[in-house]
Amino acid sequence: MNLLGLLSPELVLLITGLLILILDMVFHHRDGRREWLPFVGIAGLVGALVAASLLWGRQESLLSGMMAVDSFALFFKVVAGLSTLLVILASWDYFRGKTPYEGEFYGLLVLAALAITLAASSTDLIMIYLSMEFLSIASYILVGYLRDDPKSNEGAIKYFLYGAIASGIMLYGMSLLYGVTGTTSLAEIAKVFAAGKVAGDMLWLVLPALVMLLAGFGFKIALVPFHQWAPDAYEGAPTPVTAFLSVGPKAAGFAILIRVFLAAFPAFQVDWVAVLAAISMVTMTLGNVVALKQTNIKRMLAYSSIAHAGYILIGFASVALKSPSIFNGVNGVLLYLLGYLFTNVGAFVAVIAFENGTGSNQISDYAGLVKRSPWLAGTLFVLLLSLTGIPPTAGFLGKFFVFAAAINVQFWALALVGIINSVIAAFYYLNVARYMFFLPAAEESRVKISPALAVALGIATAVTLLIGLYPQPFIDFATQSVRLLSVF
Amino acid sequence: MNFPILSVIAFVPLLGSVIVLLMPKDKERLIKQFSIAISFIPLILSIVLWVQFNQGVGMQFEEQLAWIPAIHVNYHVGADGLSVPLIFLTAFLTTLSLFYSSFTIKTRVKEFFLLFLLLEMGMVGVFISLDFVLFYVFWEIGLVPMYFLIGIWGGPRREYAAIKFFLYTLVGSVAMLLAIIGIYLNTGTFDIIQAAAVRPFVENFTLGSMAFWAIFLAFAIKVPMFPFHTWLPDAHVEAPTAGSVILAGILLKLGCYGFFRVLLPMFPEQFHAFAPVVAILAVISIVYGAMVSMAQWDLKKLIAYSSVSHMGYVMLGVAAAAFAIGNPQMFDSQAIALNGAVFQMFSHGIITGALFFLVGIIYERAHTRDLKAFGGLASKVPYYYGIFLVTGLASLGLPGLAGFWGEFFVFRGAFAIAPVYAAIGVIGIVFTAAYILWKVIQHMFLGPFNEKWAGLADMTGWEKVTLWPLVIFMLLFGLFPPLIVNTINAAMTQLLGKL
Repeated sequence: MNLLGLLSPELVLLITGLLILILDMVFHHRDGRREWLPFVGIAGLVGALVAASLLWGRQESLLSGMMAVDSFALFFKVVAGLSTLLVILASWDYFRGKTPYEGEFYGLLVLAALAITLAASSTDLIMIYLSMEFLSIASYILVGYLRDDPKSNEGAIKYFLYGAIASGIMLYGMSLLYGVTGTTSLAEIAKVFAAGKVAGDMLWLVLPALVMLLAGFGFKIALVPFHQWAPDAYEGAPTPVTAFLSVGPKAAGFAILIRVFLAAFPAFQVDWVAVLAAISMVTMTLGNVVALKQTNIKRMLAYSSIAHAGYILIGFASVALKSPSIFNGVNGVLLYLLGYLFTNVGAFVAVIAFENGTGSNQISDYAGLVKRSPWLAGTLFVLLLSLTGIPPTAGFLGKFFVFAAAINVQFWALALVGIINSVIAAFYYLNVARYMFFLPAAEESRVKISPALAVALGIATAVTLLIGLYPQPFIDFATQSVRLLSVF
Repeated sequence: MNFPILSVIAFVPLLGSVIVLLMPKDKERLIKQFSIAISFIPLILSIVLWVQFNQGVGMQFEEQLAWIPAIHVNYHVGADGLSVPLIFLTAFLTTLSLFYSSFTIKTRVKEFFLLFLLLEMGMVGVFISLDFVLFYVFWEIGLVPMYFLIGIWGGPRREYAAIKFFLYTLVGSVAMLLAIIGIYLNTGTFDIIQAAAVRPFVENFTLGSMAFWAIFLAFAIKVPMFPFHTWLPDAHVEAPTAGSVILAGILLKLGCYGFFRVLLPMFPEQFHAFAPVVAILAVISIVYGAMVSMAQWDLKKLIAYSSVSHMGYVMLGVAAAAFAIGNPQMFDSQAIALNGAVFQMFSHGIITGALFFLVGIIYERAHTRDLKAFGGLASKVPYYYGIFLVTGLASLGLPGLAGFWGEFFVFRGAFAIAPVYAAIGVIGIVFTAAYILWKVIQHMFLGPFNEKWAGLADMTGWEKVTLWPLVIFMLLFGLFPPLIVNTINAAMTQLLGKL
């Protein structure tokens, strides 16, 4: 298949994104026509998903080793496409009256999805950097989208400043790596290390390079201690953007983390596994413990997202690709991300629905939601259960696989910290349920949910339960994606 | 038998729950009648199950379907002499609780009944699961409805009690999850029967011990054993009456069941090595539980702590059997101790279920559970006094009633194997008699009549209908224990034979 065919998902997304921006410009004064822009976005995303599924099973290297089209990349393209799709559904009514720039939002969102798909395919340091920067810049604008909202501006500035520094550090690490190995291609770097061609007096640079790369990737994923931007950015951003941020950049970050560390540094696995395990434990604990105190649901979900990044990292810290067991860690990461996508975006959709209906994001205002909107309370509860990791939900499946990976490599401490954190998290997730179901409502008015939100919420909840009750196809999807990873 | 009787018993309540969900919430009578009616299906089927059960053979009514082939998880269910009586007890107490609740629950009726039916599915599911992941799924599913039942329809401190119950049980559950994964990685199977046959961690005692203690934690919290019992007083006291009945009657038995189904068959070496610890905790539960009961002035809290004490007898029987693992001469005593333990599980479910119903009855009228506030009620509510007295005597283990045989068999087995522990445990029986007769019966029913209760009404028709089946079972199993002991004995001797 020729180059264009292999890049078809990216091309579809690029055309869609640019088309939306152009149409928005063309229809700038005809608001009626601009209502169609989300549909253009959805159509483009569906097209990209179809194109990605048609490429399944391939293993090709493009552009002289800068990009790879393999099932691992396709998995993340699917994750990006699905999450963006749900976010577009959720943002239909959100911006009405809040900003005059409605159309560009969808264009930026689709372009951010494009950045994630590029990142998932990147197998060269330069390409990684470029796609990450692309994603970052799109994200900064999306976070600061509500120009009149000081919190939105604050979140965007913090995100931007933090991101700029993180990118710089990551680039410096990449330059060190280039200096040590003489190449920016991940495959070539692996070959250089394997052949022992690195001069003995330069080998010590690898560890700092690794740490700096980790800083860059950790920033994107919001791992501790690179997470400081997340709570303010998540709280200040328009809630659909928060939903997107909680999944998309994390997926991109993990895709790149796995590729770089597995491909370029297999020789140093002993070192980085320990570091990742430590970061995972700290991330989970900090995320969960600070979430306990939150009274704003967006901020609570922000800290919970930080904690979930920690759980996902357990899977990667326990990587054991040669293990005969199915629990090789990487498919745990993928499965967790897949389930997390539906669960977390779904939770944010519920928050959007509540925010649209009542204008509030305070957890205490959720009191009595079961009377005001039983459907909203019920679906949000299922999603909270999934976040806690109670079966039979997608969240349980993800946790099951990452804990199994940790046990498989006998990282008892990591598994133990993981399960203790699950219990801590249960408290603040159930706190929301407590407000929704146990406490009386302050006012008895119904909370109306728009059809688009109801559809998005329904899809998210249904798939969350589906993955939990009938996980076999999803496990196969994740396991197949990993199988073809290590080859470039 | 090709009819999947176990799956039907487990999932008909789920179907009922979904139907109730779809009913309009103002049709309360319809919801109540439908729920009770549909709960008769599992009840009748569980009786059929018991009648059809063949005591000679092992696991019966098995069904196996591939669920997640990638990780060798199957939908594998079955029942043996241990689970058949417990399944019956679950269905029986659920139907009685639904019937009782239809008269006492006035707010948010639809949600109550649909949650209760979901809970029944969770409990039955645990008793029938023979695949560890399936077991875990049902175990966790059971937590959620109970959390709501306590938190919405409970007493003044219901939110605290609900979250404490949930988190406490969750800690044990997640520890068990890690052990489940470890057993799979070691034996290659999630199937409980196969894993027990292959015996996990035979080559590594330390790893086996870690798995043992992780699973022990989960079950010990549920039983509850001292020192993991502190969630129980809050949960039992704050739960609505039917919730307390199910908590004490069934949910505690899930923990004990786990010891028989999982820990004894899979980790006999470790259990034998750690039997002294288990026995000490069991004996402390018996004696300390009884002493704390005696100190209570809140009737419901007293009965809650009495559950801790009674479950201690179950654990003493299990620990005694574990002591003698590897000692073939003690086989008879082991079997008797285990029979006693399972019998105690069953009889405690009936007796304490009845006690909580009785507490509910007096609370509905008096709106207090303070023992000091009552006095001399025997003349005012003689029917209630009669039923309460029989139940109380059953609870303290009077021969002729169901509560006797469990304790008798446990001590018969334990004295032969671990006499010191048994001797200390017997003290519990004395304390039990004390708190039942002196604290409860005397303070409530005997002595001078407290004029405050001049208007107290005796038991109504539906309350009698709720209690009489339980009392009949207390007499039936008290006078004819072979009705159940033969079934249990078949399973216990088979279990011991494989150790």
